[in-house]
Amino acid sequence: MVTMNSEADKTQATNASSTAAPAKTDCSSSNSSDPLAVAIPEPQSANATTTATATASTNTTVVVGGGGAEGAAAAGVVVSGTGTPSPTPLPNGSNNGSGSAASPAATGTGATVGTTSASQPATTPTTAPTSTSTPTVAGAKTAAATTTSPSSATTSSTAAAGSKQSGTSGGLLTVSGNHHHHHHAHPQQSAAGQSAAQPPQPPTASALAVPSASHHQRGGKNEDAPNILVYKKMEAIIEKMQAESTGVAVRTVKAFMSKVPSVFTGADLVAWILKNFDVEDVTEALHFAHLLSSHGYIFPIDDHALTVKNDGTFYRFQTPYFWPSNCWEPENTDYAVYLCKRTMQNKTRLELADYEAENLAKLQKMFSRKWEFIFMQAESQSKVAKKRDKLERKVLDSQERAFWDVHRPMPGCVNTTEIDIKKAYRRGGSSHGTGSAGASLAKNPVEQLTRIIALRKQKLERRTIKVSKAAEALVAYYDQYNEFDYFITSPELPNPWQTDSTEMWDTEKNSKEVPVRRVKRWAFSLRELLNDAIGREQFTKFLEKEYSGENLKFWESVQEMKALPQSEIKEAIQKIWQEFLAPEAPCPVNVDSKSVELAREAVNSPSGPNRWCFDVAASHVYHLMKSDSYSRYLRSDMYKDYLNCSRKKIKSIPNLFGVKR
Amino acid sequence: MSEAAVPASNANANATEKMASLVREAENLKTKLEEERQKLNDVNLSNIAERLEQIAYVNIKPRKVLKGHQAKVLCTDWSPDKRHIISSSQDGRLIIWDAFTTNKEHAVTMPTTWIMACAYAPSGNFVACGGLDNKVTVYPITSDEEMAAKKRTVGTHTSYMSCCIYPNSDQQILTGSGDSTCALWDVESGQLLQSFHGHSGDVMAIDLAPNETGNTFVSGSCDRMAFIWDMRSGHVVQSFEGHQSDVNSVKFHPCGDAIATGSDDSSCRLYDMRADREVAVFAKESIIFGVNSVDFSVSGRLLFAGYNDYTVNLWDTLKSERVCLLYGHENKVSCVQVSPDGTALSTGSWDYTIRVWA
Repeated sequence: MVTMNSEADKTQATNASSTAAPAKTDCSSSNSSDPLAVAIPEPQSANATTTATATASTNTTVVVGGGGAEGAAAAGVVVSGTGTPSPTPLPNGSNNGSGSAASPAATGTGATVGTTSASQPATTPTTAPTSTSTPTVAGAKTAAATTTSPSSATTSSTAAAGSKQSGTSGGLLTVSGNHHHHHHAHPQQSAAGQSAAQPPQPPTASALAVPSASHHQRGGKNEDAPNILVYKKMEAIIEKMQAESTGVAVRTVKAFMSKVPSVFTGADLVAWILKNFDVEDVTEALHFAHLLSSHGYIFPIDDHALTVKNDGTFYRFQTPYFWPSNCWEPENTDYAVYLCKRTMQNKTRLELADYEAENLAKLQKMFSRKWEFIFMQAESQSKVAKKRDKLERKVLDSQERAFWDVHRPMPGCVNTTEIDIKKAYRRGGSSHGTGSAGASLAKNPVEQLTRIIALRKQKLERRTIKVSKAAEALVAYYDQYNEFDYFITSPELPNPWQTDSTEMWDTEKNSKEVPVRRVKRWAFSLRELLNDAIGREQFTKFLEKEYSGENLKFWESVQEMKALPQSEIKEAIQKIWQEFLAPEAPCPVNVDSKSVELAREAVNSPSGPNRWCFDVAASHVYHLMKSDSYSRYLRSDMYKDYLNCSRKKIKSIPNLFGVKR
Repeated sequence: MSEAAVPASNANANATEKMASLVREAENLKTKLEEERQKLNDVNLSNIAERLEQIAYVNIKPRKVLKGHQAKVLCTDWSPDKRHIISSSQDGRLIIWDAFTTNKEHAVTMPTTWIMACAYAPSGNFVACGGLDNKVTVYPITSDEEMAAKKRTVGTHTSYMSCCIYPNSDQQILTGSGDSTCALWDVESGQLLQSFHGHSGDVMAIDLAPNETGNTFVSGSCDRMAFIWDMRSGHVVQSFEGHQSDVNSVKFHPCGDAIATGSDDSSCRLYDMRADREVAVFAKESIIFGVNSVDFSVSGRLLFAGYNDYTVNLWDTLKSERVCLLYGHENKVSCVQVSPDGTALSTGSWDYTIRVWA
């Protein structure tokens, strides 16, 4: 025990040193800054006293700033211990393990709360004895319950670790301690709580601190983070899949000379999805299964590519401990230990894939100075693994592999743990900046509520129409426009994208003939007419004939002015005023006196006129045109002739083609 | 000590009391509002749409794949010429494609990664873009060297710029930002013409109203709301709630009287501005991933929605049914947009590609 502890101690010290570095800088690629860490001296001894006291108080809230040696700007994270005992002891009673078993305590602290890693190493030995007093059974039995709601698992593990203080060096840096012990500690623990015959679901989750869940939890916004929302939905589905009688049939398959424990086939899975979900077809079911797999909830038992085939390929459920909702952000050191461990186990199924071997080589180079410790840790884990039941080991090894297939995916596979930087940024979890203004506003609930109240009052005052009216209008819009919707009605000329022929665009550009469909559209609304250059030209001519061209000219001038750069606005406004609105205007528009007054005020406003100063007048003119000139235009011979003209031309086109062909 | 503590606790109690009364008021208003709106909720949109024929089959296939970005494609925009596409990516590059030939015509490297937004000017001669640098930068479309040399920073937010559009003019740019505001900038001077405060979360998307004046626009935010703004006053003129998570995308119905939203709650919604309420929800039990981007077909009947589950779903907006699914992308679909003439759909994805469907 003693020797093992000291070994663990040493190992942890390494890890501490490795992670005392400025931690992660890029939340999306989660590559740690470990290489930097090597240069940082181990501040271990400085914390020995702090930790000793802290470990004793499992149930208290301890706030310790600074984390001693680190001298960090204390972020003052409060960890409240809710009485959850320290982590589970080692099931198989191996000496090796006790060191590792203790580690979750230290690790959990580092990871979840962001303890300065400096303080952790010392914790480990002291925590170990305490933790062994926790009965294993509890862990195993409650595992299922705890893990179904990962948040509670998180809380308890935080609490377990909560006897430690934290003082992160600045809110942004995730000083993730040596949490990599976790993943490795886990299989050792679960070895006891689980017999191979059982589905691989329940590990001793109560003992497991969640590493590096950091930002979300600290922000207290974990639950509604967009990626967590999806994880929760997936987990609900996985639970249904694992239901005893109604789920996917999990069995142990006897193969030649060996057994394949706790598996189901891809075909069974797809059939289950088809039966239990409102998916359209096998393709969608398969896609759905693929997503569950690429997020690490189910995995093929011997393939690094996390996808699902609709055949007899075997799949297994991931243990909830490894679910992505636990917000793992494993470090490269963790990965190094894992890969290193695989090389020690003389099993074909554990042989490294080419890309893994390459990764291992790179990591070895990166961590050359502390490779000894990585190696030792891998060795101790490997020893534990060898003592395990054979079938159990198969399951656990595959689950651990699948975990890494999610977090360090095979080249060409999607890393599903990457989150949108906008979301990460907002939740203050990115090193690219602090939370946004939105976050600060959220901290002022009074202001936010006042705003919501004002908006709802505004809504109450609003006059609205019946839903039936609005719905009729939307349907009518479709009726009118469906022939222009090329996803619904094929265009007259072939769609360039479908045929690789640009005829449609060329005709539009070069031809002087306006297709009848286009002319018909002018009758839909004044906006349609004015949006079409030729339509606008026609309407202008019509208005000139009616001696009311100034209305459109005014409206156009106002729109043009609004589009000008700020520097030219003032001059343009004066021009419009002089031309259309001033008492002596050469081209007066027929606007009500109220609108003119508003415009005059705006033009002469002391703060200077702005580009919207004629808006009221312009909208008045627009409605005048719409209700008067536009409807007369549509009834005019001018429009009818134009329409008939293009209609004739259109009719002749198919004939022409007929001749050509 | 105790003297100081008493007023403090009083103040505390007052604050709690005030909060409680505000919460009550907000809730009461909500109930009242629901009652009022319910009175006019005489029928479902899908009932009215019953008379329409089912869209049995949509002939839409992948037509082009644009490959060239070395990281996630975050935003795309169609050129007014109907065949060019500009795209921005996490790799810090802006690429102008002739989507029809799939050739890259220009590539500009920005001093920042994560260019979250890009937009073509109405003339097709300029592009605006920005992202993690909090800025909106304008490039003229000329030769590559000149583009980089002639770039201009127009505006700066205090957080990332998530979206930008040119409102009917090359001379102005409207932006939305993670600082929870929107802003209208004068391109030439960089002057802030109008700012829009009101959201209490990051603004994720904006869209200009397709009406004759172009004075209104819509914004969607992580505060789960969509706001209609008056550009002239800078005020919210209409607001829509209902989503259970971030609103990632907003788009005006081509008629200009309704908007569609896409959210992390994995639903799309249709809000009618005349009825001032939600008139349809597009969701399915089997759809569990968030929506990043939505766009309408020309008639407003089809809504294309890009999801985090790598697919694009086509919704019949009137019947509230899914028409079909487009598979092809191998990672999250970050943006979807119907081409200006309605002949094609472009989709950008985290799989580094842009696809054109028709």
